[in-house]
Amino acid sequence: MAKPPSSASTMYSSPTYTQGSRPSSSSNPSFAGAGLRVPTNRKTIYDRNLNRSRNAELSRASFAFLFMEMVTYAQKKIKSVSDFEKKLNEQGYPLGMKLLDLLLYRSSPAGSSSSSSTPAARPLRILPLLSLINNKLYTLLFSRPADSLEQDTADPSKYMIIDNTPLTNTYISVPKEMSQLSVAAFIAGIIEGVCDGAGFQCKVSAHNQGTDVWPNRTVFLVAFESEVMEREKELERQGVK
Amino acid sequence: MSYYFVVVSPTDTPMFEYTFGTSKAGGSGQAHFRNGESSRYMNQFIIHAAIDVAEEVQWLSPNMWLKVIDHYAPTNSHISCFMTGTNVRFMLLHQPGGPPAAAGSRTSTLSSSSIAQNPLSPQTDEAIRQFMTEVYEVWVKTMMNPFYKIGDEIKSPAFRARVAAAGRKWL
Repeated sequence: MAKPPSSASTMYSSPTYTQGSRPSSSSNPSFAGAGLRVPTNRKTIYDRNLNRSRNAELSRASFAFLFMEMVTYAQKKIKSVSDFEKKLNEQGYPLGMKLLDLLLYRSSPAGSSSSSSTPAARPLRILPLLSLINNKLYTLLFSRPADSLEQDTADPSKYMIIDNTPLTNTYISVPKEMSQLSVAAFIAGIIEGVCDGAGFQCKVSAHNQGTDVWPNRTVFLVAFESEVMEREKELERQGVK
Repeated sequence: MSYYFVVVSPTDTPMFEYTFGTSKAGGSGQAHFRNGESSRYMNQFIIHAAIDVAEEVQWLSPNMWLKVIDHYAPTNSHISCFMTGTNVRFMLLHQPGGPPAAAGSRTSTLSSSSIAQNPLSPQTDEAIRQFMTEVYEVWVKTMMNPFYKIGDEIKSPAFRARVAAAGRKWL
C-alpha cells in the first residue's frame, strides 16, 4: 500500500484566532507565529503532490513486518477470536474512508495528469460501489483487481468479494486452535471503511475458504444493512444509475 | 459579493468555516452581509437548513458538484454544495450586493455579467466549481494525514491560508 507519510505537526489554537477573513501574507506565509511547527524547508503536507505516490511501490517485506507487529499487538490484548478480527477490522476502517476520497480525486480531471475528461462519479448504487472496490481499490492496494464478485442467492443484501491470495495471509500462519481466524479481517476493515464512507452501511467479514489450488482463498462477506436495501429499491424504482 | 464557506462532516457538524468577500472588480475582500451583525449566526442557520436539501439531492446525481441547491429569499442568498466521496459537504453561501457605503461611481462601472452582480450566471457557477475543486484537493491532503479523523475540526493555519488563496483566485 503506498501511503505518503506526513510530518506530524502539532497545532495549538492561538487565542486571537477569530472567525472571519484573516489577512494573510501572500508569497511565503510563515506559520510559526500560529504555533504550527514545520520542517526547515517550510513545507507543510499541503505542498505535497497527491499523485506523487500514484505509481510508487512499497516493499512487501516492510508491509509484512508491520502487519506481523499489528497481529502480535492485537494478540496480546484480546481473549477471543472474534475480538481479534474486530481489532484488525478497526485498524483497517479509517484507511478505507481515506482511500475512497483519494480514489475519487485521482479519477477526477483535477487529479490525474492524463486528460481524462469525465469527472469522478460517486457510487450511488451497490453494484458500482462494489466494482469500484474490486477494480480501483484493489489495484491501488495490491496492483491487481480482486478475483470475483458474487451475490448471495439466498439473501440479496449479502455480497461476496473473493480474493485468492490476500497479501495479509501469505506471511501469517495461524495455529490450529484459532483456525476460524482470518487475518484478512484487516482488508475487510478497509472494505467496510470504503462502503461506510460512501453511505452504504455494512458489515464486512473475512472467511477462509481454501481450495487445493489456492490455500489462502478468502471470501469477504459484505452484508448491507436493511436501510441500504430499501434505498436501493427506491433508487431502482426512480431509475437512478 | 460576500461568501460564507463551511465544511460539514457526515454527522452534520461543521469542521471549518470561513467568511470572505470578493476580491474581484474592486471588491475589498471583506464580507458585507445584509444582516449585519446577526449574519454571524444567521449564516450558520441558513447553511444548516440547506443540509437537508443536500442530502436529498445527493442520491439523484453521481456528480460531486451539486451546484446551487437552495435559496434564502429574504437576503437573496444562494447556497451551493460540493459532495465528496465520504459524504463530507463543502457548502458555500453567496450573497450578492456589495458594500453599502460604496461610492456610486464604483458600482456603476461593474458590468452586469460580473460575478458580483449576477449570482446565477454560468460564470458564477464555473467560478464556484473551480473554487470547490481546489478546496477539494487541499481537503484530500488533509485527509491523508494519518492522525486526522473525519469529523475533527480542521485547525491547520495552512489549510485556512490555502482556502483563502483559492477564494481570492476564483471568487
